Amino acid sequence: MAKAVSVRGLTKAFGARTVLDGIDLEVQPGEFVALLGRSGCGKSTLLRILAGLDRDVEGTAEVPGTVSIAFQQPRLLPWRKVWKNISLGLHKPDGREVALKALEEVRLTGHADAWPLTLSGGEAQRVSLARALVREPDVLLLDEPFGALDALTRLAMHHLVEDLWARHKPAVLLVTHDVDEALLLADRILVLDEGRIVATHHVDLPRPRRRASVVEQRTRVLADLGVDVEEAA
Amino acid sequence: MTLSIAGVVARPKSAPPQQARKLKLPLRWISPIALVLLWQLASSTGVLSPDKLASPVTIAESAGELIADGQLGEAFAVSITRVFFGFLIGGLAGVVLGLASGLSRWGETLLDPPVQMLRTLPHLGLIPLFILWFGIGEEPKLALVAAGVAFPLYLNLHAGIRQTDPGLVEAAKVLGYSRFERIVHVVLPSAVPQTLVGLRIAFGTAWLSLIVAEQVNADAGLGFLINNAREFLRTDVVVVGLVVYALLGLTTDALVRLMERRVLRWQKR
Repeated sequence: MAKAVSVRGLTKAFGARTVLDGIDLEVQPGEFVALLGRSGCGKSTLLRILAGLDRDVEGTAEVPGTVSIAFQQPRLLPWRKVWKNISLGLHKPDGREVALKALEEVRLTGHADAWPLTLSGGEAQRVSLARALVREPDVLLLDEPFGALDALTRLAMHHLVEDLWARHKPAVLLVTHDVDEALLLADRILVLDEGRIVATHHVDLPRPRRRASVVEQRTRVLADLGVDVEEAA
Repeated sequence: MTLSIAGVVARPKSAPPQQARKLKLPLRWISPIALVLLWQLASSTGVLSPDKLASPVTIAESAGELIADGQLGEAFAVSITRVFFGFLIGGLAGVVLGLASGLSRWGETLLDPPVQMLRTLPHLGLIPLFILWFGIGEEPKLALVAAGVAFPLYLNLHAGIRQTDPGLVEAAKVLGYSRFERIVHVVLPSAVPQTLVGLRIAFGTAWLSLIVAEQVNADAGLGFLINNAREFLRTDVVVVGLVVYALLGLTTDALVRLMERRVLRWQKR
């Protein structure tokens, strides 16, 4: 089967600083992969390259199908009503029907004619997800989309993303620095450090996952990030 | 107990400002009306000579006469035509230059430096040059209005385009929007608020430019009416002309504000 994402020997430098250092990565269709790492480890850069926002690289990064991305900020056009922001993803002026359906999926029915600036952070982020999903992407890139949300909204968003993923089955690449988030959502966790994939964890726990079920593996993933939980506790 | 006290304290905090504002609006008219009455009193008792300033009643009567015999209407039409065409020329120049330097690096490199240098010139000071270049007919008046309009529009359109959130442009890029589509859907709409600010400033300078231009050798228009009245010590007519200028300025400002409210509905207020 064709890969959803295939990256080989990907290297990216900003001046003298190497941000990505020979990344090899393959993602299967429908697979949920989390890219985990500290700030500045290169995970967002990798996502931007896959989204086609940065082409000045060495090595290859191939994404054969349709790509969508949701950023940390919702990046909605404030002068367009919610439904028009979603139909923007369809790349045609019409498409209210599709937009309304997508809004229902992200549980925002009734906000179709609202202005984006009147939405809360979580609501705006859900619109941004809807906009990414109406394209029916083969690959969904999530660049810390929960990073700016409060803890409670974040929990709700985790469920929503898992739900949407289960329904549409795109390959997902989620960039995060939250270990629990990665463990709750991903099939596979890649730990990035200084531009390299330093560890891979397969998460075979049944879904939906509860916090308690991931505790054991959490310790091992944190160890790869250089955080010794046992010692800290 | 503490809670209930807090509740009592908190409520009047939000209530009175609105009440106060309602009450204040008519109250704010007290002193202007008093001033006009005082002015009328000074004129009626002869303290204020009509050669210096006519009385409010005389001014109102003259306004009625000027409207009735068509003089004011004619002058008004001439002046508004000057502003219209001056605005058209200057607006076109400002928008074309602003788009060129806002949307293209080369445009900015080549256009922005000279425009920024020229804008430091007080444009009203250009009258002597404009008279030498265009004579004393309609052309220098249009040119002065155009110059007053072009710069604020250019500056604000340019700034508005440059202030576009690069994050929004990126988002559109990932959604497959071409450069042209990104300009249409993202860049230009995000420049609209700043451009409307420029439009309001441009209208302000347009009227100011007109008033100054009409002081120079006008043979028609509001400026002519005023200058002519001065020759005959008709301070009443001078004031009528000034009031019309003021009303015109207020009207265009209100129109742009109305446009802002409609176009910028999406902004949080």
